[in-house]
Amino acid sequence: MYVAVKGGERAIDNAHRWLEDERRGDRKVTDLSVDQIKTQLSLSIAKVMAEGSLFDPELASLAIKQARGDLIEAIFLIRAYRTTLPRFGVGKPINTDKMIAKRRISATFKDIPGGQLLGPTFDYTHRLLDFKLLADGSIDEFEPGKDTEQMFQHVTQFLNNEGIIETEETSSSEADSPDLTRQPLEIPANRALRLQALTRSDEGFLLGMAYSTQRGFGRNHPFVGELRIGLISVEFEIPELGFNIEIAEIEISECETVNQFLGSKIHPPKFTRGYGFVFGQSERKAISMALVDRALRWKELGEVSDGAPAQDEEFVLYHGDNIQATGFVEHIKLPHYVDFQAELELIRKIRKTAFEAKKDE
Amino acid sequence: MLLGRSKWLSYLAKSSESDLVGLYESTGLDPSYTYLRKPEIGTIMATARIGNTGQKFNAGEISVTRCSIQLEDGKIVGHGYVQGRSKKKSTVAALCDALMQSDKRTLIESKIVIKLKEIEKKRHDLIKRKAEKTKVDFFTLVRGEDEK
Repeated sequence: MYVAVKGGERAIDNAHRWLEDERRGDRKVTDLSVDQIKTQLSLSIAKVMAEGSLFDPELASLAIKQARGDLIEAIFLIRAYRTTLPRFGVGKPINTDKMIAKRRISATFKDIPGGQLLGPTFDYTHRLLDFKLLADGSIDEFEPGKDTEQMFQHVTQFLNNEGIIETEETSSSEADSPDLTRQPLEIPANRALRLQALTRSDEGFLLGMAYSTQRGFGRNHPFVGELRIGLISVEFEIPELGFNIEIAEIEISECETVNQFLGSKIHPPKFTRGYGFVFGQSERKAISMALVDRALRWKELGEVSDGAPAQDEEFVLYHGDNIQATGFVEHIKLPHYVDFQAELELIRKIRKTAFEAKKDE
Repeated sequence: MLLGRSKWLSYLAKSSESDLVGLYESTGLDPSYTYLRKPEIGTIMATARIGNTGQKFNAGEISVTRCSIQLEDGKIVGHGYVQGRSKKKSTVAALCDALMQSDKRTLIESKIVIKLKEIEKKRHDLIKRKAEKTKVDFFTLVRGEDEK
């Protein structure tokens, strides 16, 4: 029997009005502007852009405001909005050699040409609460240093020159780089498709997966060969003109790991690599992504899987998307009256049979 | 200085709306035009290469706006492909593109395009200079016991 459930409309309307009121909060406190979020909560914005998979700081700020700071809700808003937009085309591959770097460090070589730039990092802070911020203390502007040029070769390139690390080469089949926003994600996925899925995956999920590899579940002995954060231009061919322009400038985080070996008696051993690339200043996620990328490569590198979660591409790729995950997990709070009624009838029937059987004994 | 079209379109595309519109308005130009394509918000898919040299993968989308206009005077066509979701910015970029192909080129180039180039350079230089100040200088570390 189908039972229509109606009558929630007024309650829903009122719930949403209360939600708006709560979002605004105490009227004695100034309303939070989208500009304030954009300029002062930039790492939240980075997360929303990366996991929403749309680079637009203003929209991400609006989404954060609307979602009352619930970042998964904000990401949901961005994903939903993105689906309404036409896609004009595909950009040319970004060249991260040309990055205007805010931060660039290597954990493998102390003296890299171009040097180690710490950038605006939380590293080496003492993680003590700064009560000056409570008291509305003003912060001095950071004085820039002297004029300088940047041209940073990737650290892995130095190992490349020695032939001591695997090289990343372009593939002939890249014209049909799969796009999971256009075709459903299918397993087995090639590395390009895996990276697309990982770069929009939930940071916390990737962090947990990456951590599990370090603790022994699919160990791959990583070093951070290089981590860089900065601005890069994105080139796009204007269809009407037939040549490329730099259509956008975006901030990204990139991490290259140097991992343990691949080799045999005939082929001398080489380091292997993992790669992380994320929108915005998101180094925790970039490092996690590189570790998980490397863990998922066991088959193509001829390794034996430990059967670890981080090596299971179906497990990782199908469970990292926080919008899919939250949709399915949270939907069970919505009315399931009819489903549950069926279960209830079933269990009553089974119990009745059991009681009757007992009586007959 | 003579910039190619790809260059000037790049500076227009990456500029901030307030910089571009402000500079354009300061020229006092207000040519008549018609839209060949009205401003339209969309995205492009950014791609990167694994390890910067390997296989290409889809990295995520970027919001962009485009439009095309035609100047009444001379029927010159301009395209405004710009980053972000500003229809105004897209239209002004398209107008600048068209004017760069007209006898107003010198004016547009000197008052808008070169200015945008300078603003971009300044923004980049500032990041580089701040980053430079956070450079780790291992060589200047002198341990006390080594001093004789």
